[in-house]
Amino acid sequence: MRVLSRSFFQKGARVGRSILALFVLLVALPLVFLIQSWDTVDVNLWNHLLATQMSRLLFNSFVLACGVSIGVGILGFTLAWITTTFQFPGRRIFEWTLVLPFAIPAYVSAFVWTGLTDYSGFASTTLRTYLGFNEGIPSVRSLGGAIIIFTFAFYPYVFLMVRAALISQGEHIFEAARSLGESPRRFMWTVALPMVRPALLLGITLAVMETLADFGAVSVLGVNTFTTAIYKAWYGFFSLQTAAQLASLLVLVIFIILLFEYSARGRRIKQGMAAGRQPLHRISLYGIRAGLATGICFLVTLLGVIIPITQLMMWASRMFAEVWDARWSALIFKSLLLAGVGAFLVILCATAVAVVARFDRSRFTQFFVRFSLLGYALPGSILAVGTMLLFISLDHKLYELGIARSVVLGSLGALMLAYVVRFLVVGFGPVETALSRIRPHILEAGRALGVRRIPLFFSVILPMMVPGISIGMLLVFVDLLKEMPATLLLRPLGWDTLALKVYEYTSEGEWQRAAVPGLLLVAVGLLPVIWLVKRSGLGKK
Amino acid sequence: MNLREPAQALKNLVGVGLITLLMMGCSPNSDEEKAEAEKTTAAQSEQSMLVYSARKEHLIKPLFDAFQKDTGIQVNFVTDEAQPLLARLEAESERSPADLFMAVDAGNLWQATQKNILRPTDSKLLTDRIPAAYRDPQNQWFGLSLRARTIVYSTERVKPEDLSTYEALADAKWKKKLCLRTSQKVYNQSLVAMLIQRWGAEKTETIIKGWVDNLATEVFSDDTALIKAIAAGQCDVGIVNTYYYGALANEQKDLPVAVFWANQKAGGVHVNLSGAGITKHAPHPELAQQLLEWLVSDKAQAMFAEINFEYPAVADVKPHKAVAAWGEFEADPENLSNAGRLQAEAIKLMDRAGYR
Repeated sequence: MRVLSRSFFQKGARVGRSILALFVLLVALPLVFLIQSWDTVDVNLWNHLLATQMSRLLFNSFVLACGVSIGVGILGFTLAWITTTFQFPGRRIFEWTLVLPFAIPAYVSAFVWTGLTDYSGFASTTLRTYLGFNEGIPSVRSLGGAIIIFTFAFYPYVFLMVRAALISQGEHIFEAARSLGESPRRFMWTVALPMVRPALLLGITLAVMETLADFGAVSVLGVNTFTTAIYKAWYGFFSLQTAAQLASLLVLVIFIILLFEYSARGRRIKQGMAAGRQPLHRISLYGIRAGLATGICFLVTLLGVIIPITQLMMWASRMFAEVWDARWSALIFKSLLLAGVGAFLVILCATAVAVVARFDRSRFTQFFVRFSLLGYALPGSILAVGTMLLFISLDHKLYELGIARSVVLGSLGALMLAYVVRFLVVGFGPVETALSRIRPHILEAGRALGVRRIPLFFSVILPMMVPGISIGMLLVFVDLLKEMPATLLLRPLGWDTLALKVYEYTSEGEWQRAAVPGLLLVAVGLLPVIWLVKRSGLGKK
Repeated sequence: MNLREPAQALKNLVGVGLITLLMMGCSPNSDEEKAEAEKTTAAQSEQSMLVYSARKEHLIKPLFDAFQKDTGIQVNFVTDEAQPLLARLEAESERSPADLFMAVDAGNLWQATQKNILRPTDSKLLTDRIPAAYRDPQNQWFGLSLRARTIVYSTERVKPEDLSTYEALADAKWKKKLCLRTSQKVYNQSLVAMLIQRWGAEKTETIIKGWVDNLATEVFSDDTALIKAIAAGQCDVGIVNTYYYGALANEQKDLPVAVFWANQKAGGVHVNLSGAGITKHAPHPELAQQLLEWLVSDKAQAMFAEINFEYPAVADVKPHKAVAAWGEFEADPENLSNAGRLQAEAIKLMDRAGYR
């Protein structure tokens, strides 16, 4: 089978590899400065970091990554499983409310929860005043709290991908299993879970990458991680070089995780059914079971959406009139435009890389595919600075060629490149999962019927990728709406976004004002979520 | 399988793609043309300049708008954290379009002088109005607003007579009563750097260890949360920038927390500053100087103080009414560039002392 799929793309292989080479180059360029940074080492600073804190930071990062993997894995899979397999009250609403926590930047929800659970916060104060609990409740400003915050912020990656995988498996397998007397529970363990494993692993990987690269939420929560050391070296010790060296170690670890993720999936091509167009017949739940399903979904919605949004609304209502002015509609428009165009470009590149990765299974290609996905592993501002330095040197080169003004830095193109480098993996994941369900015999049949390669690609392969592409686009779009460091550093003059406003206010501690752009961000992020749930036909039945 | 729907989706995708390409093609161009047009007008009338600012938009734009109203000179600005802006200035080097670099703490301004990014500005007006402690010894940067970092205490549980200095907060009588913000914040790094300047590293480390031993809870990630913790009774004293207190007290009129001016007989209150310097390769240094000089005018200084409850850098300009109500204070007279010079040492010291 592999031979056939290869022969189908034999001619395409060379083209594919050239495309891939281009992307590897594209992604490698901003990373160049990470490698360059190793030309000299500040031994003093390294010794200090190693002696005073590195072991604790590594421990924290490790525990955080493990905790978040388990958290998003269990939460994301469970929610995807019950919303696709069962029918229970409120399911159709939960299908999209469960995606919403994704639209709230992690550091915003970290702040909201810190405010609520701190000793001086609403929850603790209420308990103390009316119930006499002097200890209040445990604050989220702890490692455990961070795991919970990140789990709620990033489980939608797993939820969306696993859900798509479950749905596209289609009816037949489930029907067959049921006719053989399999209970839903056994079916879940023996058939569904192994089949969605690639989607599950990819979702977890994305969540872990984002967790390890995060700086905003961990600093709000006071949990010092490896990223803390990166920023300490840069902002505190003024050593961008040491920061870049530390960041390159982080990238190395993520690279290993990505390779591991790939090999854990197994090299066997998954034999999924591409039957996504048939509505699933969900099993109706009654009584306690229905209550339980509704209860779980409601609880997650409550903690992940309703509480943070209510808090933001309370803040925003006080500040709205003061903050809002006419420029804000332009701000919303530009946020949408940047995120929309960016998401399109990212998904275009991601699709190209995913197609190459699907049909050229050589170790060499797979290695470089994983390499091209690394941008997401870097803390945002490190990548932004790397990209900026690249563009500046490009501008200097152009200057030597006689082009007098700076054309690269501060152009939309530069910003878009940074977006592609950073978010390629987010688009890649869902597309690759969708591609892995295309059975080579479909292509074989097409070829046997005399269909040419390119029409075959456009009439068969691409349409089968569409569900993956739409999920990838949604994820990238919302991620881009939230994106801050690259937009901040590389945007053309005057291109402000909602995420930048949130950042500007929060960095001055003005959380009430920040709630206004924060809420708008969620509202704007809501649009594609509804679109996705509607258009994928998943809302039916 | 129904092929029509995916085919339609495909068409949509292609459509969006074409629009994108058009935008990628046109929009930077039109932007460039606009920028070009601006440049030409700027060249003719010298009416526009560019500022790299680590001070956030909502805190500087009102000032730039007022400047433009007064002088007709347009101020464009790029905001970001200080370090990315410095990296950008350094890389752009002699082709940098920026005229002025603005930061919100002395450490980053000091770092800019070390990177040789700023130029000295020879202006009698600036040196007359800004005290020597609040500008670079070579006049490469000038403080524009001051941020006092001092002790706040619970009015319910602490008598102000019991308070004296930052150093005294290390005393065992404050055990489990002290709240601090994280040592990762530059304000604390500057404060400790100035303590090192005053006492030397050894004594300072003992003081910091004393603070750590007295902590009532984990360090906070922002000053506002710290003040709220004092109000709620989690701890009794803490060290914060006064403008955070100002903002919170403005919101909650009955806040049971008050400001205490530290070290009034022992070296003065630690102040940090936001300031700016003209870049070495500024295309419009004379415009930048004009802006700097305007920023130390009575009117601009009053605005500076008004916007964020900060203190004017010019001594005879009055702060905001609410700020003035906390009383006057003696500030640490040491030059603030020391805060930058000793910042790395201060962080190392805090790391050793276990101050997270």
